[in-house]
Amino acid sequence: MIYDPTAVTPSNLGEVYELLAERGRRAKIIAGGTDLMVALNAGSLDAKEFIDIWPLNELRGIDDEGATIRIGALTTYTQLIKSPLIQLSVPALVEASRTVGAIQIQNRGTIGGNIVNASPAGDSLPVLAAFDAEIEIGSIRGVRSMDFNRFYTGYRQTLMEPDEILLAVRLRKLKSNERSFFFKVGTRRAQAISKIVMAVKVGTTGAVIDSIGVALGSVAPTVIRARQTESLLTNSTLDATLIERARRTISQEIAPITDVRSTEHYRRTVTGNALAKVLRLLT
Amino acid sequence: MKITFQVNGVDREIDAPPMKRLLDVLREDLRLTGAKEGCGEGECGACSVIIDGEVINSCLAPICQMQGVKLLTVEGLSRDGRLDPLQQAFLECGAAQCGICTPGMLISARYLLDANPRPTRDEIKEAIAGNLCRCTGYVKIIDAIDRAASTIA
Repeated sequence: MIYDPTAVTPSNLGEVYELLAERGRRAKIIAGGTDLMVALNAGSLDAKEFIDIWPLNELRGIDDEGATIRIGALTTYTQLIKSPLIQLSVPALVEASRTVGAIQIQNRGTIGGNIVNASPAGDSLPVLAAFDAEIEIGSIRGVRSMDFNRFYTGYRQTLMEPDEILLAVRLRKLKSNERSFFFKVGTRRAQAISKIVMAVKVGTTGAVIDSIGVALGSVAPTVIRARQTESLLTNSTLDATLIERARRTISQEIAPITDVRSTEHYRRTVTGNALAKVLRLLT
Repeated sequence: MKITFQVNGVDREIDAPPMKRLLDVLREDLRLTGAKEGCGEGECGACSVIIDGEVINSCLAPICQMQGVKLLTVEGLSRDGRLDPLQQAFLECGAAQCGICTPGMLISARYLLDANPRPTRDEIKEAIAGNLCRCTGYVKIIDAIDRAASTIA
């Protein structure tokens, strides 16, 4: 293996901003390395300069902001899994984090890395989509916030500018009438990349669905929300007929592809089944 | 770039390109060939090592991120010529066949027992979910970790 690329390790966020402003697209930010190093090892990552942000503790941490939780971009899956605050207020994110790789990956992989890597199969992404998360992006020009659900513009395409870095993600805590669910189908429970992945956040009063967010990964070029299915379910009363209609609606609403991990037919069917399973848990 | 870190209790300094993989530094620069390269993409766990108390895949860690860390590799498990109870149990249970996965299995098991000295069999399975073995079918590996835990307790 040839080790051409250089790496600089800035000592604070200000230095990162300056480096990015100067080098832009030429430089690649590296955090836990669990995605980038795979690509680098395989020779499929054409990067000559890396900016290593792993030591920047100012990008770590899970903060209770009252109604919301702010998660620093460098927070690892292990830190999410172990956080009592996340366990209580965004349980689906704990479940999602447990399905990422295995312990070796969970100890090193970060939520910020999952977001900016922009894979349609990123395990935490449907949770962020279902929770209508907000992301915080910084550069030498300042800090801006954006709806997570607007962030991806196409397959591995985002609205991030070359001089910007992801700082944090912000999620609204579950309310007392709300629950969250996470569902991943892969070849095996550990290590596998998903065939489909689903996160649901739902608020109910009795058998009536007040609000619902259904987000899916691995069935489109980016993580998506199933808006038609959500419209069908919102303000409806849960019963067997509605669950059956929801199953059919979501199967038709998505446009998955056939690839090495699964087929279009399988993905449509299993997505419908997964939603039906979640909805039955509510009745 | 110059990296100073502690490997199995000994201070080491190496000079390596910043994006060189920790796995390659261990095997080529430090001649510690216990950690193996199975897949090079974080799937198989044969390169597992413990840094600052956390198990990671050394094939996915660039050496520039190792400044000042404390590293434990399979070579550091035995003390003063005495095998770690896990190594002893792997021998007694016949938990190794071809042996490629064994260093990673031992490291993941050590990481488990450090946090949880009396794991259930399910907890043992979870702890080695990131370590693939294509020979044993895992039963004897799980038996060995179970035995090591009861030996220590």
